[in-house]
Amino acid sequence: MEPSVALRHTPLHDEHVAAGARLVPFAGWEMPVQYAGVAAEHEAVRERAGVFDVSHMGQIGTSGSESLTFLQRLVSNDVERLAPGGAQYSCLCADDGGILDDLFSYLLEDGSYLTVSNAANHGSDLERFREIAADFEVMVKDLAPEHAMLAVQGPAARQAVASLLAAGGELPARMHTARLRLGDADALVCGTGYTGEDGVEILIANEHAPALWRALLAAGVEPCGLGARDTLRLEVCFHLHGSDMGLDRNPIEAGLGWCCKEETGFAGSEQIAAARAAGTEEKLVAFAIEGRGIPRGGNPVLVGGEPAGTVTSGTFSPTLGIGIGMGYLRSSASEPGTRIEIDVRGKVREAEVRPKPLYDPKH
Amino acid sequence: MAAEDSYPEELRYHPEHDWARIEGETATFGITWYAQDSLGEIVFYDPPEVGSTVSKDEPYTEVESVKAVSDVIAPLSGEVVEVNAAAGTDPELINNDPYGEGWLAKVKLSDPAEVDSLLDVAAYRELLAD
Repeated sequence: MEPSVALRHTPLHDEHVAAGARLVPFAGWEMPVQYAGVAAEHEAVRERAGVFDVSHMGQIGTSGSESLTFLQRLVSNDVERLAPGGAQYSCLCADDGGILDDLFSYLLEDGSYLTVSNAANHGSDLERFREIAADFEVMVKDLAPEHAMLAVQGPAARQAVASLLAAGGELPARMHTARLRLGDADALVCGTGYTGEDGVEILIANEHAPALWRALLAAGVEPCGLGARDTLRLEVCFHLHGSDMGLDRNPIEAGLGWCCKEETGFAGSEQIAAARAAGTEEKLVAFAIEGRGIPRGGNPVLVGGEPAGTVTSGTFSPTLGIGIGMGYLRSSASEPGTRIEIDVRGKVREAEVRPKPLYDPKH
Repeated sequence: MAAEDSYPEELRYHPEHDWARIEGETATFGITWYAQDSLGEIVFYDPPEVGSTVSKDEPYTEVESVKAVSDVIAPLSGEVVEVNAAAGTDPELINNDPYGEGWLAKVKLSDPAEVDSLLDVAAYRELLAD
């Protein structure tokens, strides 16, 4: 048994209970894993619109004259390329290149930055921000206690959110952000998400979150839990920190070299440059099981009957109707089309390395 | 899914959330409403082989939902004489009708006296309430 600690509630906890959610512990929070059911919620996001309470995620504010050089030192992407109102994905790396977290940073109109962290890593991310901040003229602020966060995702998501905008407001494009009036409240609306669908993520003061939640449901958006969030992200091969990468993996083997710009000299960049030049022994691949069987994290991966890697994330894909997953595989077996086997609890299942994403919503 | 919880009076229950319908020397096995509700939408059920032996308190098959895989525990010992192939191809039957069309296996009992160790509906409901 885990030691008994009080789980934290988001400002939407009462709404979840009212909507019939099944609540589970997640990273110290009590969060909805499902309402109507994972498959139904998954379909709602792929075909219509769903809303997720992601208020457990953290937000870190960075302001001050050296914000840009500070973040350039801290995160893996080239922060200089981030324009006001823009969004950027990056890794937060340890000095040895291991991945502490993956982050979305937004450059706000006032020149400050807002960075969204994973719930489980928020505390350690803050420590890392403050450690590096000692060398810069910056203020690092934990903004998580003030914010609720809702992700509205799906082909009809923008239309539903737009219906709540004050006159003259316009939603930000994909990978952009805007401060807008939503109903009676100020909100930071970001054209980002974790499902592969179009949609927005909304940061709003805690006290305004329940009214926004109810307005979204009234506009026809369906409540969705962490269960569907996981199946949706895995179909489009978005990484889950703690499963698909962590401190023991560098971004190159995790397939995140695209968001690492070593020339900026960020912490860990030398080790990552070396890994990029030399290649890595293993790579994170996506795969699908063609027959029956559902892979799960920890399942061994075999090539020709010999151990070749481990599954890091696995699930049943509601869209494709088959078992899918990601896992680390020795690099020589990482090309799409490679025949592999997954040892699913003692039953060896035929599978194939597939190109990422496993499902492309745009098609 | 069967929306309302239900636990038929005529069944006997195993604490691992399995039921047995005793018919003379054979019994039909399945999982309870609570088990299917906890798992969520079941997407995979691999029936055991007809002729295979199952042992009380030991796993004899597995059911898998989008979220998780779960061993199914044999409430009684015996030999599998029939399996529900329909639930293999259409596993949501287990959610929709866990005590009817969603049954899993029929077993010829090797030790019918084992039935005495199973819970009646009152005792199973009490276990769920804890």
